[in-house]
Amino acid sequence: MLQEIIKFIVDILKVPAVLVGLIAMVGLIAQRKPLADTIKGTIKTILGFLVLGGGAGVVVSSITPLGDMFEEAFQLQGIIPNNEAIVSMALNEYGTATALIMAFGMVANIVFARFTRLKYIFLTGHHTFYMACMIGIILTVAGFSGWQLIFTGALTLGLVMALFPAIAQPQMRKIIGSDDVAFGHFGTLGYVLSGWIGGLVGKNSPSTEQMNLPKNLSFLRDSSISISLTMMIIYLILAIFAGPNYVENYLSSGNNYLVYAIIQAITFAAGVFIILQGVRLILSEIVPAFTGFSEKLVPNAKPALDCPVVFPYAPNAVLVGFLFSFVGGLVGLFVLGKLNSVLILPGVVPHFFCGATAGVFGNAMGGRRGAMFGAFANGLLITFLPVLLLPVLGSLGFTNTTFSDTDFCGVGIILGNMARFFNKEIIMAIMVGIFALLVIYNYAVKPKNLANKEDDK
Amino acid sequence: MKIMAVCGSGLGSSFMVELNIKKVLKKINKEADVSHADLASATPDAADLFIMTKDLAASSGIPEDKLIVLNNIIDISDLETKLVAYFDNH
Repeated sequence: MLQEIIKFIVDILKVPAVLVGLIAMVGLIAQRKPLADTIKGTIKTILGFLVLGGGAGVVVSSITPLGDMFEEAFQLQGIIPNNEAIVSMALNEYGTATALIMAFGMVANIVFARFTRLKYIFLTGHHTFYMACMIGIILTVAGFSGWQLIFTGALTLGLVMALFPAIAQPQMRKIIGSDDVAFGHFGTLGYVLSGWIGGLVGKNSPSTEQMNLPKNLSFLRDSSISISLTMMIIYLILAIFAGPNYVENYLSSGNNYLVYAIIQAITFAAGVFIILQGVRLILSEIVPAFTGFSEKLVPNAKPALDCPVVFPYAPNAVLVGFLFSFVGGLVGLFVLGKLNSVLILPGVVPHFFCGATAGVFGNAMGGRRGAMFGAFANGLLITFLPVLLLPVLGSLGFTNTTFSDTDFCGVGIILGNMARFFNKEIIMAIMVGIFALLVIYNYAVKPKNLANKEDDK
Repeated sequence: MKIMAVCGSGLGSSFMVELNIKKVLKKINKEADVSHADLASATPDAADLFIMTKDLAASSGIPEDKLIVLNNIIDISDLETKLVAYFDNH
């Protein structure tokens, strides 16, 4: 009897969809929500996870021929970085690890904010989810399993959730002119680089906001449209280079090769669209619970919010940043081609969101010139970092897509390479050591008197 | 009554706006079904009221009487003023 109960519990925990449902349910019960809301929220979360899996199938069906055409045309592996695509593929194998690392990582974020000087609560839920997945993949490939995987993963996630907003905060203050909100989006390394370069090159450069720019690129804001358009261009180029014979004989079962290319391109966008619906459903109960707990437990922490929070402060820099980041991506692609390495194609979504944000940071630190050079540097960074990430992703390094934003790559490259030199126990000790040092620093070193620093009660 | 918060990818910032809308509704004692979505899903019949930032409003295709435009995503008092005005007029 006991055996059967244990087996039942283990079987439940083996199904990631049920596991995220349980996590949502715990959050709902802890908030003392009415029974109807609890049932509704739990089912919605499970539904979201299954919808996400369905989207994965659609994305994979459209991205596999892309890799085939690439091989045929250039004899190289070509990759389109897209977080949604890689996460949806990874969840088959790493779903349980992702769900648990995410849940305990949020707890760890609150613990970091409560007991260290990194008083930031990371509220961009989808990035928390993707980062949990990335950490789960890297640690599993490095040989972690069981409680060690979840413990080390959650501690790492909690650290990066509190650390990256802290890194961005000095520049963030400059952009919005106050210290009330922080910046929470895992492209921080690119933004801080952009701001730093802006500060170097942008002496006396006027702000981008004094330029008159056409406003007609705003339709790119609609991510499903912009994904469709760029994928169409990429697929059409590849179909032409691979040639009609190859495409019609091996891939499209006789359909015209250009029609096939266009349909596959929009199918990719459709897959991402479905995945995002799933992600929204998964997060719809978990994020409010997380927000509620963090407000209660760490009332003096700053919320770290998604990219668009800085867009209104410099709408022109958004456009300049996107264009120059994209140019950086194309230059990077050309360099990779010369090196005969894996090719990283510029995806419009990372360049639009990360490039645009890099433009805003660059502009704040160095005006027009800062926005241009900073965003260009960001474009190069999101082209080269994914190449370095591939070797530590295990078999997921061969799927024609990968993580797109700088911090996923940065954290992945550091963790993955740590695993090459240290064994599991040492990596665990390092993470615990970092936490302990931060706590000791918080209680031993008197804070410098900041004008708007609240007293630590 | 359905209210929909909208942003470019319908993930991060529209979600924060949704949570803020819920806070304001609680404060002014109004009931509504609040959700968040991306621009492509925000068709005029999807909700009774849409809330988004200035940069999206122009290309959204939502009629003006169903639209609240925010100058700043994080400014909850601006949101409250505009929501109260909306409820006074409808």
